Amino acid sequence: MPDSPLLDVRALTAFYGDFQALFGVSMSVARGQVVAIIGANGAGKSTLLKSIAGLMPARRDAILFGGEPIGDLPAYKVVARGIALVPEGRRLFQSLSVEENLLIGGQLGRPGPWSLDRVYALFPALAERRHFASTALSGGEQQMVALGRGLMSNPKLMLCDEISLGLAPIVIRDIYARLPSIAAEGTSLVIVEQDIAQALAAAAQVYCLQEGRVAFAGAARTATREAVAAAYFGV
Amino acid sequence: MEWTNTIVQGVLTGGLYAMFAAGLSLIFGVMRLVNIAHGDFIVLAAYLALVVTETLGLDPLVSLLVVVPLMAAIGYALQRGLLNRTLGDDLLPPLLVTFGLSVIIQNGLLELFTADSRRLQAGALEVASWQVGQGLSIGVLPLLQFAAAVVVIGGLQALFYRTAFGRAFRATSDDPSVAQLMGLDNRHVFALAMALSLAVVAIAGVLLAVRANFDPSIGPARLIFGFEAVIIGGLGNLWGTLAGGIVLGVAQAIGAKLDPGWQLLAGHLAFLLVLAVKPEGLFPRIRG
Repeated sequence: MPDSPLLDVRALTAFYGDFQALFGVSMSVARGQVVAIIGANGAGKSTLLKSIAGLMPARRDAILFGGEPIGDLPAYKVVARGIALVPEGRRLFQSLSVEENLLIGGQLGRPGPWSLDRVYALFPALAERRHFASTALSGGEQQMVALGRGLMSNPKLMLCDEISLGLAPIVIRDIYARLPSIAAEGTSLVIVEQDIAQALAAAAQVYCLQEGRVAFAGAARTATREAVAAAYFGV
Repeated sequence: MEWTNTIVQGVLTGGLYAMFAAGLSLIFGVMRLVNIAHGDFIVLAAYLALVVTETLGLDPLVSLLVVVPLMAAIGYALQRGLLNRTLGDDLLPPLLVTFGLSVIIQNGLLELFTADSRRLQAGALEVASWQVGQGLSIGVLPLLQFAAAVVVIGGLQALFYRTAFGRAFRATSDDPSVAQLMGLDNRHVFALAMALSLAVVAIAGVLLAVRANFDPSIGPARLIFGFEAVIIGGLGNLWGTLAGGIVLGVAQAIGAKLDPGWQLLAGHLAFLLVLAVKPEGLFPRIRG
């Protein structure tokens, strides 16, 4: 099925106890595509990524990956299928060094283009600090480790949750400049962002979430400021 | 010379305490589980060794080849089948469940083996010793125990910091939910940690049983010694745990030397003293 999307989310719902966070969200990601998900705080962006990655329970057929239902798989099986999540706030393993963080990302041994050497080539700053404690790095470098750790599993799809959070604009530009070379290796990317301009510049397709529903979906270049603002704020 | 002797014996006993402690601190470190039944597992291992030596006619030290894998298998099954279900944000359920296990193991052993105290027979090894100097001789068996403790702790240290296995333990300990995103199944990682813990317990139990009499009721006191060694040494530092065991062993030996009734009291006092002066332990883990 060459034309079927890599990821197909169909009418996904998600709950935190009695609180419903997602109300029938549908979206799809094609192979090699970069998709941005934008929306205000609490719109359900992170919940959507967590559901895809298997950290939140979902209906079995609500998430199709490569045509197969994966909605009910636990996170450790989802990553084995080829979906990596770079979590919000980086969440590096504190008692592991930089290199150990990368190695544990690749511990499943999925074949593919990414290896320690390739990750160090992508982020040369990490090669110099490979034996540092992950906590000794700057925020931008920690984000590079988190991205590298995700790549080490050689994912077909990488979900990036707020990679610009808490970073200086120059560092954000630096990190975003590396994304095309990740996509060029055939890895599709889903980027969740608060920084709309950054997200629209990097992505081909954009979804805007509002209160757990898709308020706007379309090609990033056709998304006008007004359309996004309307979807974002619901005005 | 008499005092040198006392201290040497204390140091050697400390190795055994460090082994009690290593298994305890390993599972606390990986999954924040306090195993109240830890001491009873030590006793269970001793009885398993007793059965193995009596039925197969093996030497107690050779019986380790059977008892260690058996205890590891029990640990894995126990974690997968029972203890994983108790883990969560609340520390109380695992405490209660392992407390229940402690009661079950003690009474099960009592039912099967009676309250008579038993001992593993190691033949000539039990009394063999080296004359080191005038009035100072070191028993081969205590020395073997201590060497085993150093090897076990060195081995655990290498496993934790040099292997992929250890990396998985540390990552899961740091952040269990992100560890799943790396493809690690927490339930499996926790079960492996418990298997490793009970394998160490098996070594400690067998070495205890050739050195001293045991009966089904002595588990909780071994648990206390293990706890004290962990706290004296500092949580999360394996070599510190060895030092903690030695401090405890030496304190007990000195206490016993002064008055046979003071052995346990002296150990507890040393523990309380460390807790009062340096509550984080003598060698706390340095966090980067």
